[in-house]
Amino acid sequence: MATPLFKSSIVKKLWMALTGLFLILFLVVHAGINAMIFFNDEGATFNQWAHFMGTNVLIRTAEIGLFIGFIVHIVDGLMLYFQNRKARPVRYARENAGVSSKWYSRSMALLGTLILLFLVLHMAHFWVKTRVTELSVDQKAVLIDGHLYENLYAEMDMVFQSPLVVVIYVLGCLALLYHLLHGFRSAFQTLGIGQHKYTGAIAVAGDAFSVIICALFASMPVAMYFDLIK
Amino acid sequence: MSSENMTLKLKIWRQKDSFEAGKMVDYTITGVSPDMSFLEMIDVLNDDLIRKGDDPVAFDHDCREGICGMCSMFINGEAHGPNRGVTTCQLHMRSFNDGDTIYIEPWRSQGFPVIKDLMVDRGAFDRIIQAGGFISVNTSGRTLDANAIPIAKEDADTAFDAATCIGCGACVATCPNSSAMLFVGAKVSQFALLPQGHPERKERVVNMVKQMDEEGFGNCSNIGACEVQCPKNISIEVIARMNREYFGALVKPEN
Repeated sequence: MATPLFKSSIVKKLWMALTGLFLILFLVVHAGINAMIFFNDEGATFNQWAHFMGTNVLIRTAEIGLFIGFIVHIVDGLMLYFQNRKARPVRYARENAGVSSKWYSRSMALLGTLILLFLVLHMAHFWVKTRVTELSVDQKAVLIDGHLYENLYAEMDMVFQSPLVVVIYVLGCLALLYHLLHGFRSAFQTLGIGQHKYTGAIAVAGDAFSVIICALFASMPVAMYFDLIK
Repeated sequence: MSSENMTLKLKIWRQKDSFEAGKMVDYTITGVSPDMSFLEMIDVLNDDLIRKGDDPVAFDHDCREGICGMCSMFINGEAHGPNRGVTTCQLHMRSFNDGDTIYIEPWRSQGFPVIKDLMVDRGAFDRIIQAGGFISVNTSGRTLDANAIPIAKEDADTAFDAATCIGCGACVATCPNSSAMLFVGAKVSQFALLPQGHPERKERVVNMVKQMDEEGFGNCSNIGACEVQCPKNISIEVIARMNREYFGALVKPEN
Protein backbone atom coordinates (compact mmCIF):
# COMPACT_ATOMS: atom_id res chain seq x y z
CA MET A 1 0.00 0.00 0.00
CA ALA A 2 1.33 3.41 -0.95
CA THR A 3 0.42 4.94 2.40
CA PRO A 4 3.29 7.21 3.41
CA LEU A 5 4.36 5.93 6.80
CA PHE A 6 5.20 9.36 8.18
CA LYS A 7 2.53 11.49 6.49
CA SER A 8 -0.66 9.93 7.82
CA SER A 9 -1.97 11.59 10.98
CA ILE A 10 -2.72 8.16 12.47
CA VAL A 11 0.80 6.87 11.83
CA LYS A 12 2.29 10.05 13.31
CA LYS A 13 0.43 9.40 16.52
CA LEU A 14 1.34 5.73 16.41
CA TRP A 15 5.00 6.74 16.54
CA MET A 16 4.25 8.99 19.53
CA ALA A 17 2.51 6.11 21.32
CA LEU A 18 5.14 3.44 20.60
CA THR A 19 8.11 5.63 21.50
CA GLY A 20 6.18 6.97 24.51
CA LEU A 21 5.55 3.46 25.85
CA PHE A 22 9.21 2.56 25.23
CA LEU A 23 10.28 5.64 27.22
CA ILE A 24 7.83 4.65 29.98
CA LEU A 25 9.55 1.25 30.10
CA PHE A 26 12.88 3.07 30.41
CA LEU A 27 11.49 5.13 33.32
CA VAL A 28 10.56 1.91 35.14
CA VAL A 29 14.08 0.50 34.77
CA HIS A 30 15.71 3.85 35.64
CA ALA A 31 13.56 4.39 38.74
CA GLY A 32 13.95 0.76 39.81
CA ILE A 33 17.75 0.85 39.72
CA ASN A 34 18.02 4.31 41.28
CA ALA A 35 15.76 3.19 44.12
CA MET A 36 18.65 0.95 45.23
CA ILE A 37 20.07 4.04 46.98
CA PHE A 38 17.35 3.52 49.59
CA PHE A 39 19.00 0.27 50.74
CA ASN A 40 21.10 2.45 53.10
CA ASP A 41 24.29 0.50 52.29
CA GLU A 42 26.26 3.60 51.26
CA GLY A 43 25.23 2.93 47.69
CA ALA A 44 26.92 -0.47 47.39
CA THR A 45 23.98 -2.18 45.64
CA PHE A 46 23.28 0.90 43.55
CA ASN A 47 26.91 1.21 42.41
CA GLN A 48 27.00 -2.45 41.39
CA TRP A 49 23.83 -2.08 39.32
CA ALA A 50 25.06 1.18 37.81
CA HIS A 51 28.24 -0.64 36.83
CA PHE A 52 26.19 -3.41 35.17
CA MET A 53 24.06 -0.86 33.26
CA GLY A 54 27.15 0.97 32.09
CA THR A 55 29.13 -2.06 30.93
CA ASN A 56 26.69 -4.77 29.77
CA VAL A 57 26.74 -5.10 25.99
CA LEU A 58 22.97 -5.66 25.65
CA ILE A 59 22.17 -2.67 27.87
CA ARG A 60 24.60 -0.42 25.99
CA THR A 61 22.97 -1.51 22.69
CA ALA A 62 19.53 -0.80 24.12
CA GLU A 63 20.86 2.61 25.14
CA ILE A 64 21.31 3.46 21.44
CA GLY A 65 17.67 2.43 20.89
CA LEU A 66 16.73 4.68 23.80
CA PHE A 67 18.38 7.69 22.14
CA ILE A 68 16.57 6.92 18.88
CA GLY A 69 13.30 6.58 20.83
CA PHE A 70 13.85 9.97 22.46
CA ILE A 71 14.71 11.64 19.15
CA VAL A 72 11.70 10.18 17.29
CA HIS A 73 9.39 11.16 20.19
CA ILE A 74 10.75 14.73 20.28
CA VAL A 75 10.90 15.32 16.52
CA ASP A 76 7.46 13.78 15.88
CA GLY A 77 5.99 15.70 18.83
CA LEU A 78 7.35 19.04 17.67
CA MET A 79 6.20 18.33 14.11
CA LEU A 80 2.68 17.60 15.39
CA TYR A 81 2.73 20.75 17.50
CA PHE A 82 3.63 23.05 14.60
CA GLN A 83 1.26 21.32 12.16
CA ASN A 84 -1.58 21.61 14.65
CA ARG A 85 -0.86 25.30 15.23
CA LYS A 86 -1.03 25.82 11.48
CA ALA A 87 -4.37 23.99 11.24
CA ARG A 88 -6.09 26.94 12.99
CA PRO A 89 -4.74 30.05 11.22
CA VAL A 90 -7.22 32.42 12.96
CA ARG A 91 -7.48 31.84 16.72
CA TYR A 92 -10.70 32.24 18.70
CA ALA A 93 -11.28 35.56 20.46
CA ARG A 94 -12.66 33.61 23.39
CA GLU A 95 -11.84 29.98 24.07
CA ASN A 96 -13.24 28.21 27.12
CA ALA A 97 -11.01 25.14 26.74
CA GLY A 98 -10.90 24.30 30.44
CA VAL A 99 -14.46 22.97 30.52
CA SER A 100 -13.81 20.16 28.04
CA SER A 101 -10.20 19.12 28.53
CA LYS A 102 -7.32 19.12 30.99
CA TRP A 103 -4.65 21.84 30.74
CA TYR A 104 -1.86 19.27 30.66
CA SER A 105 -3.46 17.41 27.74
CA ARG A 106 -3.32 20.67 25.81
CA SER A 107 0.22 21.45 26.97
CA MET A 108 2.13 18.30 26.04
CA ALA A 109 4.57 20.17 23.79
CA LEU A 110 5.34 22.71 26.53
CA LEU A 111 5.72 19.99 29.19
CA GLY A 112 7.86 17.95 26.79
CA THR A 113 10.11 20.95 26.16
CA LEU A 114 10.53 21.50 29.91
CA ILE A 115 11.44 17.82 30.31
CA LEU A 116 13.93 18.14 27.45
CA LEU A 117 15.58 21.16 29.10
CA PHE A 118 15.74 19.20 32.35
CA LEU A 119 17.27 16.25 30.47
CA VAL A 120 20.13 18.40 29.16
CA LEU A 121 21.09 19.30 32.74
CA HIS A 122 20.48 15.74 33.96
CA MET A 123 22.67 14.20 31.23
CA ALA A 124 25.44 16.72 31.98
CA HIS A 125 25.22 15.75 35.67
CA PHE A 126 25.41 11.99 35.23
CA TRP A 127 25.40 10.47 31.74
CA VAL A 128 28.32 12.52 30.39
CA LYS A 129 30.37 11.89 33.53
CA THR A 130 29.83 8.12 33.55
CA ARG A 131 29.99 7.45 29.81
CA VAL A 132 32.27 10.14 28.35
CA THR A 133 34.39 12.03 30.90
CA GLU A 134 34.81 11.03 34.53
CA LEU A 135 33.12 11.65 37.88
CA SER A 136 33.86 14.99 39.55
CA VAL A 137 33.66 13.61 43.09
CA ASP A 138 36.96 13.07 44.99
CA GLN A 139 36.52 9.36 45.70
CA LYS A 140 35.88 8.20 42.12
CA ALA A 141 35.89 4.48 42.89
CA VAL A 142 34.83 2.34 45.80
CA LEU A 143 35.75 -1.22 46.81
CA ILE A 144 32.75 -3.56 47.12
CA ASP A 145 33.30 -7.30 47.79
CA GLY A 146 36.87 -7.08 46.51
CA HIS A 147 35.92 -5.34 43.23
CA LEU A 148 36.45 -1.72 42.35
CA TYR A 149 33.29 0.12 41.21
CA GLU A 150 32.70 3.64 39.94
CA ASN A 151 31.26 5.63 42.88
CA LEU A 152 28.17 7.03 41.18
CA TYR A 153 26.41 7.13 44.54
CA ALA A 154 28.95 9.63 45.89
CA GLU A 155 28.55 11.68 42.71
CA MET A 156 24.77 11.81 43.24
CA ASP A 157 25.27 12.80 46.87
CA MET A 158 27.57 15.62 45.78
CA VAL A 159 25.30 16.92 43.00
CA PHE A 160 22.27 16.97 45.29
CA GLN A 161 23.95 19.15 47.93
CA SER A 162 22.88 22.20 45.92
CA PRO A 163 19.37 23.34 46.87
CA LEU A 164 18.95 24.89 43.40
CA VAL A 165 19.69 21.55 41.71
CA VAL A 166 17.26 19.75 44.03
CA VAL A 167 14.50 22.28 43.23
CA ILE A 168 15.14 21.95 39.47
CA TYR A 169 15.00 18.14 39.75
CA VAL A 170 11.71 18.25 41.66
CA LEU A 171 10.25 20.64 39.06
CA GLY A 172 11.51 18.31 36.31
CA CYS A 173 9.63 15.45 38.01
CA LEU A 174 6.52 17.63 38.20
CA ALA A 175 6.67 18.32 34.44
CA LEU A 176 7.13 14.58 33.87
CA LEU A 177 4.14 13.81 36.11
CA TYR A 178 1.73 15.91 34.05
CA HIS A 179 3.28 14.71 30.78
CA LEU A 180 2.66 11.12 31.91
CA LEU A 181 -0.88 11.77 33.19
CA HIS A 182 -1.88 12.48 29.60
CA GLY A 183 0.72 10.38 27.80
CA PHE A 184 0.10 7.02 29.48
CA ARG A 185 -3.63 6.73 28.73
CA SER A 186 -3.19 8.52 25.41
CA ALA A 187 -0.78 5.83 24.18
CA PHE A 188 -3.38 3.12 24.75
CA GLN A 189 -6.11 5.16 23.05
CA THR A 190 -3.83 5.58 20.02
CA LEU A 191 -3.09 1.86 19.87
CA GLY A 192 -6.83 1.33 19.61
CA ILE A 193 -7.31 -0.06 23.13
CA GLY A 194 -9.98 2.50 23.90
CA GLN A 195 -13.19 0.62 24.51
CA HIS A 196 -15.21 1.47 27.58
CA LYS A 197 -14.39 -1.83 29.27
CA TYR A 198 -10.67 -0.93 29.35
CA THR A 199 -10.53 2.87 29.60
CA GLY A 200 -11.35 3.00 33.33
CA ALA A 201 -8.63 0.51 34.24
CA ILE A 202 -6.08 2.17 31.95
CA ALA A 203 -6.84 5.61 33.40
CA VAL A 204 -6.44 4.39 36.99
CA ALA A 205 -3.26 2.43 36.18
CA GLY A 206 -1.85 5.40 34.24
CA ASP A 207 -2.55 7.92 36.98
CA ALA A 208 -1.17 5.63 39.69
CA PHE A 209 1.92 4.86 37.62
CA SER A 210 2.56 8.55 36.90
CA VAL A 211 2.26 9.59 40.54
CA ILE A 212 4.35 6.68 41.91
CA ILE A 213 7.18 6.95 39.38
CA CYS A 214 7.46 10.75 39.69
CA ALA A 215 7.24 10.72 43.49
CA LEU A 216 9.95 8.05 43.56
CA PHE A 217 12.24 10.08 41.30
CA ALA A 218 11.62 13.32 43.21
CA SER A 219 12.28 11.63 46.55
CA MET A 220 15.88 10.81 45.54
CA PRO A 221 17.41 14.31 45.35
CA VAL A 222 15.29 15.38 48.34
CA ALA A 223 16.42 12.43 50.46
CA MET A 224 20.06 13.06 49.57
CA TYR A 225 19.86 16.78 50.25
CA PHE A 226 18.37 16.25 53.71
CA ASP A 227 20.77 13.34 54.41
CA LEU A 228 17.90 10.92 54.96
CA ILE A 229 19.88 8.02 53.48
CA LYS A 230 23.36 6.73 54.18
CA MET B 1 -31.41 31.89 34.79
CA SER B 2 -33.84 34.66 34.11
CA SER B 3 -37.59 34.81 33.52
CA GLU B 4 -37.65 38.51 32.58
CA ASN B 5 -36.65 39.81 29.17
CA MET B 6 -32.92 40.39 28.97
CA THR B 7 -30.49 42.90 27.53
CA LEU B 8 -27.34 41.31 26.19
CA LYS B 9 -24.02 42.48 24.79
CA LEU B 10 -23.01 40.49 21.72
CA LYS B 11 -19.53 40.28 20.23
CA ILE B 12 -19.98 38.77 16.78
CA TRP B 13 -17.39 37.87 14.13
CA ARG B 14 -18.18 39.88 10.99
CA GLN B 15 -16.40 38.97 7.76
CA LYS B 16 -17.57 40.22 4.38
CA ASP B 17 -16.36 37.22 2.36
CA SER B 18 -13.66 34.58 2.30
CA PHE B 19 -11.05 37.01 0.96
CA GLU B 20 -11.31 39.92 3.40
CA ALA B 21 -10.15 39.78 6.99
CA GLY B 22 -12.90 39.85 9.60
CA LYS B 23 -13.21 41.34 13.08
CA MET B 24 -15.32 41.12 16.22
CA VAL B 25 -18.14 43.70 16.23
CA ASP B 26 -20.13 44.75 19.33
CA TYR B 27 -23.95 44.78 19.37
CA THR B 28 -26.47 45.37 22.13
CA ILE B 29 -29.76 43.51 21.96
CA THR B 30 -32.75 44.23 24.20
CA GLY B 31 -36.01 42.42 24.94
CA VAL B 32 -34.52 38.94 24.65
CA SER B 33 -37.02 36.41 26.00
CA PRO B 34 -35.47 33.53 27.99
CA ASP B 35 -37.71 31.19 25.97
CA MET B 36 -36.08 32.14 22.68
CA SER B 37 -33.66 29.76 21.08
CA PHE B 38 -30.20 31.13 20.40
CA LEU B 39 -30.92 31.28 16.67
CA GLU B 40 -34.18 33.17 17.29
CA MET B 41 -32.16 35.71 19.25
CA ILE B 42 -29.91 36.16 16.18
CA ASP B 43 -33.06 36.40 14.02
CA VAL B 44 -34.25 39.30 16.19
CA LEU B 45 -30.85 40.98 15.92
CA ASN B 46 -30.88 40.53 12.13
CA ASP B 47 -34.41 41.93 11.87
CA ASP B 48 -33.15 44.97 13.71
CA LEU B 49 -30.07 45.27 11.45
CA ILE B 50 -32.16 44.95 8.27
CA ARG B 51 -34.58 47.66 9.47
CA LYS B 52 -31.59 49.94 10.04
CA GLY B 53 -30.31 49.15 6.55
CA ASP B 54 -27.30 47.21 7.87
CA ASP B 55 -25.99 43.89 6.61
CA PRO B 56 -27.53 41.04 8.67
CA VAL B 57 -25.30 38.44 10.33
CA ALA B 58 -24.94 35.42 8.04
CA PHE B 59 -25.21 32.08 9.85
CA ASP B 60 -26.00 28.49 8.92
CA HIS B 61 -29.22 26.87 10.09
CA ASP B 62 -31.80 24.47 8.73
CA CYS B 63 -33.99 22.10 10.73
CA ARG B 64 -33.81 23.96 14.06
CA GLU B 65 -34.59 20.75 15.89
CA GLY B 66 -31.07 19.50 16.54
CA ILE B 67 -30.73 16.84 13.87
CA CYS B 68 -29.40 18.42 10.68
CA GLY B 69 -26.00 19.63 11.86
CA MET B 70 -26.14 22.96 10.03
CA CYS B 71 -25.96 25.45 12.90
CA SER B 72 -22.38 25.97 13.83
CA MET B 73 -21.64 28.77 16.25
CA PHE B 74 -18.75 28.93 18.70
CA ILE B 75 -20.45 30.61 21.64
CA ASN B 76 -18.49 31.97 24.61
CA GLY B 77 -15.56 29.74 23.77
CA GLU B 78 -17.53 26.53 23.27
CA ALA B 79 -18.94 24.75 20.22
CA HIS B 80 -22.76 25.12 20.27
CA GLY B 81 -22.48 27.06 23.54
CA PRO B 82 -22.36 26.07 27.19
CA ASN B 83 -24.89 23.19 27.22
CA ARG B 84 -24.01 19.54 26.57
CA GLY B 85 -25.51 17.21 23.98
CA VAL B 86 -27.27 19.98 22.06
CA THR B 87 -26.75 22.01 18.91
CA THR B 88 -26.97 25.83 18.83
CA CYS B 89 -30.63 25.73 17.71
CA GLN B 90 -31.49 23.76 20.85
CA LEU B 91 -29.66 26.20 23.11
CA HIS B 92 -32.11 28.58 24.76
CA MET B 93 -31.58 32.07 26.09
CA ARG B 94 -32.56 30.90 29.59
CA SER B 95 -29.00 29.55 29.73
CA PHE B 96 -27.80 33.18 29.88
CA ASN B 97 -28.34 36.04 32.31
CA ASP B 98 -29.41 39.64 31.84
CA GLY B 99 -26.37 41.80 31.08
CA ASP B 100 -24.18 38.93 29.86
CA THR B 101 -21.59 39.46 27.15
CA ILE B 102 -21.74 36.69 24.55
CA TYR B 103 -18.92 35.95 22.10
CA ILE B 104 -20.17 34.44 18.82
CA GLU B 105 -17.55 33.15 16.38
CA PRO B 106 -17.45 30.80 13.39
CA TRP B 107 -15.84 27.33 13.52
CA ARG B 108 -12.10 27.93 13.25
CA SER B 109 -10.06 25.53 11.16
CA GLN B 110 -7.93 25.54 8.07
CA GLY B 111 -10.31 22.83 6.80
CA PHE B 112 -13.38 25.07 7.33
CA PRO B 113 -12.76 28.39 5.52
CA VAL B 114 -15.15 31.19 6.46
CA ILE B 115 -17.61 32.06 3.67
CA LYS B 116 -19.20 35.03 5.44
CA ASP B 117 -19.60 36.05 9.09
CA LEU B 118 -20.49 32.85 11.00
CA MET B 119 -20.87 30.60 7.94
CA VAL B 120 -18.03 28.22 7.12
CA ASP B 121 -17.51 25.88 4.18
CA ARG B 122 -17.81 22.34 5.50
CA GLY B 123 -17.29 20.81 2.05
CA ALA B 124 -14.21 19.06 3.46
CA PHE B 125 -16.56 16.69 5.33
CA ASP B 126 -18.43 15.92 2.10
CA ARG B 127 -15.15 15.09 0.34
CA ILE B 128 -14.13 12.80 3.22
CA ILE B 129 -17.47 10.97 2.89
CA GLN B 130 -16.99 10.74 -0.88
CA ALA B 131 -13.58 9.15 -0.27
CA GLY B 132 -15.14 6.12 1.41
CA GLY B 133 -18.03 6.90 3.75
CA PHE B 134 -20.50 4.69 1.89
CA ILE B 135 -21.20 1.08 0.94
CA SER B 136 -21.42 -0.03 -2.69
CA VAL B 137 -24.74 -1.76 -3.32
CA ASN B 138 -26.24 -2.81 -6.65
CA THR B 139 -29.76 -1.40 -6.70
CA SER B 140 -31.09 -4.04 -9.08
CA GLY B 141 -34.45 -4.28 -7.38
CA ARG B 142 -33.36 -7.50 -5.71
CA THR B 143 -31.40 -5.83 -2.92
CA LEU B 144 -31.27 -7.81 0.29
CA ASP B 145 -33.31 -6.26 3.10
CA ALA B 146 -30.76 -4.98 5.62
CA ASN B 147 -32.99 -6.14 8.46
CA ALA B 148 -32.79 -9.71 7.17
CA ILE B 149 -29.12 -9.91 8.22
CA PRO B 150 -28.76 -10.90 11.88
CA ILE B 151 -26.48 -8.48 13.75
CA ALA B 152 -25.40 -8.80 17.38
CA LYS B 153 -27.32 -6.34 19.57
CA GLU B 154 -24.15 -4.77 20.99
CA ASP B 155 -22.67 -4.19 17.51
CA ALA B 156 -25.94 -2.75 16.20
CA ASP B 157 -26.15 -0.36 19.17
CA THR B 158 -22.50 0.74 18.93
CA ALA B 159 -22.84 1.27 15.17
CA PHE B 160 -25.96 3.34 15.74
CA ASP B 161 -24.23 5.44 18.42
CA ALA B 162 -21.54 6.27 15.83
CA ALA B 163 -24.16 6.87 13.13
CA THR B 164 -25.83 9.58 15.20
CA CYS B 165 -23.05 11.93 14.00
CA ILE B 166 -24.70 14.81 12.15
CA GLY B 167 -21.44 16.11 10.66
CA CYS B 168 -21.79 19.54 12.28
CA GLY B 169 -18.03 19.96 12.79
CA ALA B 170 -18.17 20.84 16.51
CA CYS B 171 -15.37 18.30 17.06
CA VAL B 172 -13.07 20.20 14.70
CA ALA B 173 -14.12 23.57 16.11
CA THR B 174 -13.49 22.60 19.71
CA CYS B 175 -10.35 20.52 19.21
CA PRO B 176 -7.26 22.52 20.23
CA ASN B 177 -5.54 20.81 17.26
CA SER B 178 -8.50 21.40 14.95
CA SER B 179 -8.57 17.66 14.18
CA ALA B 180 -11.47 15.95 12.40
CA MET B 181 -10.85 12.50 13.86
CA LEU B 182 -14.07 12.24 15.86
CA PHE B 183 -16.11 12.80 12.68
CA VAL B 184 -14.04 10.39 10.57
CA GLY B 185 -13.87 7.89 13.44
CA ALA B 186 -17.66 7.91 13.76
CA LYS B 187 -18.16 7.36 10.03
CA VAL B 188 -15.54 4.59 9.86
CA SER B 189 -16.96 2.91 12.98
CA GLN B 190 -20.57 2.79 11.85
CA PHE B 191 -19.56 0.79 8.75
CA ALA B 192 -16.82 -1.30 10.38
CA LEU B 193 -19.31 -2.68 12.91
CA LEU B 194 -21.87 -3.86 10.35
CA PRO B 195 -21.60 -6.71 7.82
CA GLN B 196 -22.56 -4.39 4.93
CA GLY B 197 -19.45 -2.33 5.60
CA HIS B 198 -16.99 -5.21 5.65
CA PRO B 199 -16.21 -5.71 1.91
CA GLU B 200 -14.73 -2.20 1.64
CA ARG B 201 -13.52 -1.66 5.20
CA LYS B 202 -9.76 -1.57 4.45
CA GLU B 203 -9.80 0.84 1.51
CA ARG B 204 -12.47 2.90 3.27
CA VAL B 205 -10.42 3.75 6.35
CA VAL B 206 -7.24 4.39 4.37
CA ASN B 207 -8.96 6.64 1.82
CA MET B 208 -11.02 8.57 4.36
CA VAL B 209 -7.99 9.24 6.58
CA LYS B 210 -5.96 10.29 3.53
CA GLN B 211 -8.67 12.75 2.50
CA MET B 212 -8.97 14.04 6.08
CA ASP B 213 -5.21 14.74 6.16
CA GLU B 214 -5.34 16.51 2.79
CA GLU B 215 -8.12 18.85 3.92
CA GLY B 216 -5.81 20.68 6.32
CA PHE B 217 -7.24 19.50 9.65
CA GLY B 218 -4.79 19.07 12.51
CA ASN B 219 -3.59 15.83 14.08
CA CYS B 220 -5.44 14.20 16.97
CA SER B 221 -3.47 14.05 20.23
CA ASN B 222 -6.19 12.41 22.35
CA ILE B 223 -7.07 15.57 24.27
CA GLY B 224 -10.72 14.46 24.38
CA ALA B 225 -12.43 17.88 24.12
CA CYS B 226 -14.38 16.70 21.03
CA GLU B 227 -16.39 14.07 22.88
CA VAL B 228 -17.37 16.60 25.56
CA GLN B 229 -18.56 19.19 23.01
CA CYS B 230 -20.15 16.76 20.51
CA PRO B 231 -23.91 17.52 20.36
CA LYS B 232 -24.52 13.79 19.84
CA ASN B 233 -22.21 12.70 22.68
CA ILE B 234 -20.10 10.51 20.42
CA SER B 235 -17.23 8.93 22.39
CA ILE B 236 -13.56 9.02 21.35
CA GLU B 237 -13.92 5.24 21.42
CA VAL B 238 -14.72 5.66 17.70
CA ILE B 239 -11.24 7.15 17.19
CA ALA B 240 -9.65 4.13 18.89
CA ARG B 241 -11.69 1.87 16.59
CA MET B 242 -10.63 3.87 13.52
CA ASN B 243 -6.98 3.52 14.60
CA ARG B 244 -7.43 -0.26 14.88
CA GLU B 245 -9.08 -0.37 11.47
CA TYR B 246 -6.25 1.70 10.02
CA PHE B 247 -3.48 -0.45 11.51
CA GLY B 248 -5.31 -3.55 10.24
CA ALA B 249 -5.37 -2.07 6.75
CA LEU B 250 -1.66 -1.19 6.94
CA VAL B 251 -0.64 -4.69 8.04
CA LYS B 252 -2.95 -6.50 5.61
CA PRO B 253 -4.17 -4.15 2.86
CA GLU B 254 -6.36 -6.69 1.02
CA ASN B 255 -9.80 -7.47 2.42
